[in-house]
Amino acid sequence: MSTPSSNRPTGKRVQLMSTCLCDAYFDDAAKATVEVLEYLGCTIDYPEAQTCCGQPAFNSGDWPASRRVVRHTAKVFTGSAPIIVPSASCAAMLVHGAPLEFEKEADHAEIEKLGNRAWELADFIVNGLGVKTWPGKFSAKIAFHTSCHSRGTKSGESTLALLRSIAGVDLVTFGEGEQCCGFGGTFSVTFPNISKGMGDLKLEHIRAVKPDMLVSGDSSCMMHLAGLAEKEGQPIKTLHFAQILRDALKNGGLLPS
Amino acid sequence: MSVSPIDGFAAGLTTETRDAVYKSTKTTHEKRTKLLFDHFPDANRLREIAGEIKQHVIENLDTYLPEVEKKLRANGVQVHWAPTAEAANQAVLDIMRKRNATKIVKAKTMVSEETELTHFLEKNGVECLETDLGEFIVQIDHDHPSHIVRPIIHKSRRQVAESFEKNGLGKYNDDPNVITQRARVFLRQKYLEADVGLTGANFVVAESGRLVLVTNEGNSRFCLAATRCHIAMVGIEKILPRDRDLALLLNLLARSATAQQLTVYTEFIKGPRKPTQPDGPDEMHVIFVDNGRIDVLASDCRDILRCIRCGACLNVCPVYRQASGHAYRSVYPGPVGAVLSPLLAKEKFPELADLPKASSLCGACQEVCPVNIPIPDLLLRLRNKNKQEHGPSSGTPPMGAWSILASQPFAWKNALALGGTVNYVPRALMPAPLRKWQDVRTLPPWRGGEFRKWLKNRPTSTKAQS
Repeated sequence: MSTPSSNRPTGKRVQLMSTCLCDAYFDDAAKATVEVLEYLGCTIDYPEAQTCCGQPAFNSGDWPASRRVVRHTAKVFTGSAPIIVPSASCAAMLVHGAPLEFEKEADHAEIEKLGNRAWELADFIVNGLGVKTWPGKFSAKIAFHTSCHSRGTKSGESTLALLRSIAGVDLVTFGEGEQCCGFGGTFSVTFPNISKGMGDLKLEHIRAVKPDMLVSGDSSCMMHLAGLAEKEGQPIKTLHFAQILRDALKNGGLLPS
Repeated sequence: MSVSPIDGFAAGLTTETRDAVYKSTKTTHEKRTKLLFDHFPDANRLREIAGEIKQHVIENLDTYLPEVEKKLRANGVQVHWAPTAEAANQAVLDIMRKRNATKIVKAKTMVSEETELTHFLEKNGVECLETDLGEFIVQIDHDHPSHIVRPIIHKSRRQVAESFEKNGLGKYNDDPNVITQRARVFLRQKYLEADVGLTGANFVVAESGRLVLVTNEGNSRFCLAATRCHIAMVGIEKILPRDRDLALLLNLLARSATAQQLTVYTEFIKGPRKPTQPDGPDEMHVIFVDNGRIDVLASDCRDILRCIRCGACLNVCPVYRQASGHAYRSVYPGPVGAVLSPLLAKEKFPELADLPKASSLCGACQEVCPVNIPIPDLLLRLRNKNKQEHGPSSGTPPMGAWSILASQPFAWKNALALGGTVNYVPRALMPAPLRKWQDVRTLPPWRGGEFRKWLKNRPTSTKAQS
């Protein structure tokens, strides 16, 4: 499990890792992350040469390939500023995965330092900046999926605290909430039946509480669940929690819409 | 790239079996969690401490093994060392032949599943009977256990009643009480006839040489009540340093395994019958089994040797719940098996190389493990080991081209921009081959490069560093 250390850097000058999924599919989640951080007074540096955290190859067991990508990431994210990631999964890769695969490498210490700067977005807002409640309003019945990569971290409880504090948000819980959605990266391709079985079970629980939308801090889980739901002809609406925070600000007149 | 055999097995399960496995594992897991945290608010700290104790043991086996041997001998126990499964089985047979014994009753022990003891003894003319109800049913069905703690989790009442009828244990009746009663009557006679009782051990304490056995059926006590000789077959990792460590480990084991505060029977055995004691076996043997454990100890997956075989990781695992135990094609299924089985298979590792991949790496297994084994990390190490030692295997998309792309920002950005129009590029870019993905899922529209464009063109304080 990827419990981050208690001595991570914080402050309002931050670097943003937008993640490859936001780069390819979920640009609005990344935009929302920028707008939310700026609303909080942060100045964001965005290293243009960034690509991916290296997790796909790490999880597939190709550690030399993954290390190549992680070394690139370390080279790109210079300095000592906190690195904010709108994904518990990519954050866990930096905090825990990368140091694990660098255990026997000469640059292990450098990679550990990189990991120690990584913050999942909600964890950073609540525990890095000390912001416990969120202004504005957002009227919706929300089912929140806690992603597995936030186990052992404060991301899940932080996101829930922020969402719960927004005027108009009705958070609903559903059965077996702690269970995995079945995505798991390449797992979803190598184990298609089991992955779908896990996803369908999750969808069944979510549909049972009839939410307006499914919200999570990990776009990958939602891409899998929404993809399954749409293929089955019963699409569900999904949003990254950063989009809720941003839209709450807009609805409350705190950001220009 | 092909689909894993485990996935194929899961797809072929009947709804009856899948429902039985799902309901039973889910219920046990939920009860386990409630009981553990109701009684111990800081249960996670207890799991960590138990893990530290067991890790200490496996990292100091060179000290503990001679120590425990000395204690056992002082207690009147004969100690045998079995480097392999064959040696362990042979040791049992040798003890039996020396006594002219032909009948043995067995309590449940996973290590004897590992060595295929029953099969070996039967081949050598010994009548060998499982006395744990689940294992007994497995034996009369010529089946294999599918769960560490609940060997017949994959069977329904109907199936059990049918095999009882087939094996001459009474007319079809699927009432669990009737089934249990019939097994009890049948087994009672066998206990009386047997010469030797064989058990495993949940713990062996170095300080005292005490063997600890936990059961719920009392069958291990029966195995030792009428027989004159007790053989315990024990993995070398089962040692605990001190008697007082049992307080923690027993509390965690019963809660984790069966959601009980304590199992119905907990036996502490310190040697054969003494002249002053009225009954019990006169002769006692402990066979310590290596069978690949030393190799595991030398690997970077040694943490798996902490395992106390509670099955909690199986119960919580969403993959196990979908696939059941036989999908893992080995004695140890589920998350712990996905680590341990390929390692114990030694040179046959490649045949089980798909096991460490049978996980979404959700981490639920580590979260429930009473000895806090970092199972996801070990699964990842094994995936890497397989890739480095045996090359690309079926089931895993190649990552080489992707990693080159992902470490060259110019190529990456071009790929992002082109993704919408050139189908090949996003496939190389995205981790998973998308055609397979799209068999059962749709993909969101390609938005490659949109975020970076937006960021660049907006008049704010945010800075893109090039």
